[in-house]
Amino acid sequence: MAIIPNPHKTTGFLGWIDDRFPLTKLWKDHLSEYYAPKNFNFWYYFGSLALFVLVNQLLTGILLAMAYKPGADTAFDSVQYIMRDVSWGWLIRYLHATGASAFFLVVYLHMFRGILYGSHRKPRELVWIFGALIFLVLMAEGFCGYVLPWGNMSYWGAQVILSLFGTIPYIGHALQVWIQGDYTPADATVNRLFSLHVVALPFMLVGLVVAHLIALHEVGSNNPDGIEIKKNKDPVTHIPLDGIGFHPYYTVKDLVGVVVFLIIFSAVIFFAPEGGGYVLEKPNFTPANPQVTPDEIAPSWYFCVFYAMLRAVPSAFNTQIWGVIVMFAAIVVLFFLPWLDRSPVKSIRYKGPIFKFAVVIFAADFLMLSYLGMHKPNPLFTLLARLGTLYYFLFFLGMPIYTKIDKTKPVPERVTA
Amino acid sequence: MSNEGVDGGRRRFLTAATSAVGAAGALTVVWPFLASLKPSAKALAAGAPVSADISKIDEGQQVTFVWQGLNIWVLRRSKDMLDSLSKVTPQLADPKSESSTQPDYCKNETRSIKPEFLVMNGKCTHLGCSPKLMPDHPNPAIDANWQGGYFCPCHGSKYDISGRVFSGQPAPLNMLVPPHRYVSDTLLMIGEDQKAA
Repeated sequence: MAIIPNPHKTTGFLGWIDDRFPLTKLWKDHLSEYYAPKNFNFWYYFGSLALFVLVNQLLTGILLAMAYKPGADTAFDSVQYIMRDVSWGWLIRYLHATGASAFFLVVYLHMFRGILYGSHRKPRELVWIFGALIFLVLMAEGFCGYVLPWGNMSYWGAQVILSLFGTIPYIGHALQVWIQGDYTPADATVNRLFSLHVVALPFMLVGLVVAHLIALHEVGSNNPDGIEIKKNKDPVTHIPLDGIGFHPYYTVKDLVGVVVFLIIFSAVIFFAPEGGGYVLEKPNFTPANPQVTPDEIAPSWYFCVFYAMLRAVPSAFNTQIWGVIVMFAAIVVLFFLPWLDRSPVKSIRYKGPIFKFAVVIFAADFLMLSYLGMHKPNPLFTLLARLGTLYYFLFFLGMPIYTKIDKTKPVPERVTA
Repeated sequence: MSNEGVDGGRRRFLTAATSAVGAAGALTVVWPFLASLKPSAKALAAGAPVSADISKIDEGQQVTFVWQGLNIWVLRRSKDMLDSLSKVTPQLADPKSESSTQPDYCKNETRSIKPEFLVMNGKCTHLGCSPKLMPDHPNPAIDANWQGGYFCPCHGSKYDISGRVFSGQPAPLNMLVPPHRYVSDTLLMIGEDQKAA
């Protein structure tokens, strides 16, 4: 039976493949002939860096899983075994632990880029929503990984986070016991979190990343000017006039970003692998002990914004669920961002003073809440956390109003240099 | 293929019926999957109520039992100890145990079913350290009005002999009283509620 020849006119081995599998098509659609705006700046490194860190987590994770033994009796010792006895085990674990922190750092900057340049606006709503889902899965993945070493901070962190489910009225306690598989975080809990951490969540994460990229490549990348480059195409070739092929232009540019990232990343891994207590927390160097709580339970730095909100909300009507609701609402509100922003322009470059002011305060607020979540509460901190939480929601929920009344500048036809 | 002579209504019915049966089958398998996450028989057995023989506890003696991973103390209180309860009431944060956790049948001054026996989870409500039983009094080193009670060595929280916390302590609440019931005068079942009389 004759085969219909592929449209790329490739021959030889590649031709044989292309007749059966769209290899050249995929290469062109997503790399060599994916036309990205030519005016990407510094902020556009973080997407490819996130992908790079994901690969790091997958590779080091596969190696760690070969030496790690889940279970309340074995987990802590097997991590020590990795650190002391496995050849280069310490390096692989530090790469993974520091990689987790780097992942969140890069993703937060990537998301902030989106807010700055309106990358969530029509037609990129789904790109943004897939991204928000990635963030959600990443948080679950981070939490599970945090518990696995089964140090004392792991144990009490698990206790605190899983107790969040216990605050739900009526079904809370039963739900918590069901999730834990025991009355307290125990052997069954470590094993199921391990299963989620290495099987279920990575599958979801990779799947969502693929969906994020497919959606992005369908609509095309936004840029610092917030201009749709597809509106100005070469009449003959139909290539956007302001577009350049992702490969080789941006693959090479992003490699520079990867090199700079690796310099900083290596500095942490080799000179400060505990990251001053932010990457690996001190109490986690002792095994889990259900009888002794660490002096201070603070989650990883990347959750502290949300943790600060959780603590800021006082309990009322005999339940602490309000803090939990506020904390989850802080994540849910992200999903609505594409419809909250009503400005006629996308990019901050052409937005008015109100938005610029709001976004600067938002960044400061985010940092402040992170700081507050990492430190013991006192009356002043609690007050600041409450104000910070209020502003966080005001920034998002007030957006339909202030982006509408804000003055904007005219957007040029073509991207600026 | 032509659609001529196809009975559309019949085809739709068959499609719907097959889909419904398939969906029902898929749904039934959800139950074993989700139920497998419940505490296993082993975990349930380990968390089952614990029987505690209290016949050999002397007056003033405290014995520890373990239930669901918690250290459960049983203290046999003397008359002097019970008399001390009302003497410290003005100093307590939650003397009536309104905000603290205990079964309803222990929401009283002695926080117990029988005043003589205190059954309590020996864990400080501040950060989970284990408070020490300090029955001797007076003890001005702890408190000017110390009548005997529990003292947490970690951050200095003070409790009375019913595990009720003094006000102004790091610990916010009285220590937890687990559900328990008397099988007989000398046998306690920790982890099981007293049946309504």
